[in-house]
Amino acid sequence: MGEDTDAAPTLNHHGFLPDHNYVTDADIISTVEFNHTGELLATGDKGGRVVIFQREPESKTEPFSQGEYNVYSTFQSHEPEFDYLKSLEIEEKINKIRWLPQQNAAHFLLSTNDKTIKLWKVSERDKRPEGYNLKDEEGRIKDISTVTSLQVPVLKPMDLMVEVTPRRVFANAHTYHINSISVNSDYETYMSADDLRINLWNLDITDRSFNIVDIKPANMEDLTEVITAAEFHPHHCNLFVYSSSKGTLRLCDMREAALCDKHSKLFEEPEDPSARSFFSEIISSVSDVKFSHSGRYLLTRDYLTAKVWDLNMESKPLETYQVHDYLRSKLCSLYENDCIFDKFECAWNGADSVIMTGAYNNFFRMFDRNTKRDVTLEASRESSKPRAVLKPRRVCAAGGKRRKDDISVDSLDFTKKILHTAWHPTENIIAIAATNNLYIFQDKLNSEMH
Amino acid sequence: MFVCGSICGAAVDFLSHRVCLSSPSQQRPNMFPKGTKRKFSDPAEEPASSGDPGPAAPPPAARTLSSSYSLQRQSLLDMSLIKLQLCHMLVEPNLCRSVLIANTVRQIQEEMTQDGTWQIMTQALAAAQCPADRLVATEVLCRQTEPGAQAGQSPKPFPVVGLEEGYHSEEVVMEGEVETEVTMSTLSPQLSSSSYLAGPFGMDPCWDEEDEDGDCEEEEEEEEEEEEEEEEEDEEEEDSEECMSEADEADRDHLSADSRTGEQVFGTFEIKHPTPPPDPALEELFSDVDPSYYDLDTVLTGMQSTPKMGPYDLLESLSSHAPTALSSSASCRSDLNELDHIMEIIVGS
Repeated sequence: MGEDTDAAPTLNHHGFLPDHNYVTDADIISTVEFNHTGELLATGDKGGRVVIFQREPESKTEPFSQGEYNVYSTFQSHEPEFDYLKSLEIEEKINKIRWLPQQNAAHFLLSTNDKTIKLWKVSERDKRPEGYNLKDEEGRIKDISTVTSLQVPVLKPMDLMVEVTPRRVFANAHTYHINSISVNSDYETYMSADDLRINLWNLDITDRSFNIVDIKPANMEDLTEVITAAEFHPHHCNLFVYSSSKGTLRLCDMREAALCDKHSKLFEEPEDPSARSFFSEIISSVSDVKFSHSGRYLLTRDYLTAKVWDLNMESKPLETYQVHDYLRSKLCSLYENDCIFDKFECAWNGADSVIMTGAYNNFFRMFDRNTKRDVTLEASRESSKPRAVLKPRRVCAAGGKRRKDDISVDSLDFTKKILHTAWHPTENIIAIAATNNLYIFQDKLNSEMH
Repeated sequence: MFVCGSICGAAVDFLSHRVCLSSPSQQRPNMFPKGTKRKFSDPAEEPASSGDPGPAAPPPAARTLSSSYSLQRQSLLDMSLIKLQLCHMLVEPNLCRSVLIANTVRQIQEEMTQDGTWQIMTQALAAAQCPADRLVATEVLCRQTEPGAQAGQSPKPFPVVGLEEGYHSEEVVMEGEVETEVTMSTLSPQLSSSSYLAGPFGMDPCWDEEDEDGDCEEEEEEEEEEEEEEEEEDEEEEDSEECMSEADEADRDHLSADSRTGEQVFGTFEIKHPTPPPDPALEELFSDVDPSYYDLDTVLTGMQSTPKMGPYDLLESLSSHAPTALSSSASCRSDLNELDHIMEIIVGS
């Protein structure tokens, strides 16, 4: 993989205005998630909408061409609300989407904003009954005197219709802003995490949840640390991990106690005293944590690095990857313009051999754990024509030796940030959210995982 | 597009190491990123006395710190305080961001306490504050003052302020603490130059509004909205200062004793910020609501209504966790009466 990725970008615009340079706020993509087979890809945006893409089945005429993703369904998941008690608006922005494993013909996904989680059922309808006795084709009630014989309604094919219906609404359980949801491997429960608490839900029960982590201090003035992300272990239904703003990871075992305030394992890298600055803590804050597919490793993202941890080693990460170390000297400015608080997500490939994360200027980075090679790619309309191969990009230090096509650190556009990325569970297909555009790249040459 | 130009290595170093710089004026142009908004076009206007203690000599510990480092640390502190302040929007502020900024502020404070510069600063602020009338402070702001005299009063802070060209944040001050910081700023000679004063502190617009528009709470709300539209944070500072103090007084008059005095002040922002109920019975009723969320805010933003409270008292409250006592000053009441009177005139017309 690495630089050998040949990508055939498929541009799916939603909300992009070609004639203007501005972006409608509501169209900014806020989360991207493949389902467990990779057939469906869901995106959530700031306006509370969810768009689901479906991969077209592979064409028989072109055996090597893989299916492309087209819009499957769009629905409004969350609406803006007003908290009357606090006199504050509750944003409808979708923070996270998580798919449930498929158990029947329908698909289920959880979507959440700051306060409320919803379970949606996505189902197809391609047949409809015709030949009612009491109603005619348009649905009008027939005059009973005209009915002379009885018939059995028959299912006739119709144009495919995708219906999305809300099945559960899990509300009023979070005082603070929900940042993560994670479905348990038992497929019965899931957890939702906000800044200070984590709750455990049963997918069928909406009026009750169990609080399993609470780090709220008795006196809020003592608050120095918040929860930034949480995830269940992919195989062990009793284990979950949560990350904090101080750069620590805590692995908790729900068998140990009802309230998992006490961690089973604490993963923390000791601070390098020579690198200490006023921004050390801020850049150590973990913005995303992901278990590997195998369940053996953890991938975390902080402001400048991505780290792979071995669950069996708490003292330090197994591997550390510099995402954009050239920003280290610019932390003060990034603090001033608030970019230092940007929360980048990270992703594993299906084989857990490559990790991916986003950066600024619409760049995203991939690191091959085995070959130790890394690549910087750009997701932009200019550089991504359909079927074009993505060209690796390079960021050079200001005033340094510059090759053609290199970008200087000072020219980086910090408003173009790639915070949300997703990797197909089994194939080399990635989805990149660049503000309000979704880019889907496929690796045609190396379609199988190594 | 990212505003920042390149940051010189010296600026980088200050945060991680303590770099001894030969002369502040030499290093100054490098300390701030190019292209950031500057209030002063000419760095040469900055006081030559920056870092010099003046008649009141600071303890030796403070002197050993490079002035550039302490200046930049100061500007970082100011910037952080502003960020905490500006958290208040229509939507609930991001708790993670607030906590991280607050931790940064604490860190700076701890370091400054160890250096001994903390003491100097708080002493300077205490000395600089006029216990009386806020309007008197206005005069101070607008007055051309002697460089020597000011240098003696607050050796540490104003050179920093003078240098904070890149950070317009220093002009935007925490509510209630504005007065002191404003006072601090104007003590530097270059700050009393017309170009600076005309903006935030001077004759306009807030002070004019002050005269015309006595009703603080309304004004404050209007200005809050205005502020968010305007780029100028200067006005915000002034408005909030004025309005906060007056409104605070009003609040204090109206609200019964509440251990969370900061929230009283908070409550002046009627539209945007909820006031936790002071009534114990109501508190029980709303116990599920968790008003302590706003405790953090109030602590972090240091809603201090008394002019005696320096901007850095908020930091003390972060460490001491004790809500600082509001010392009501009769002068504030007289301000309130004046404003009421003025407001009547306005409304009458």
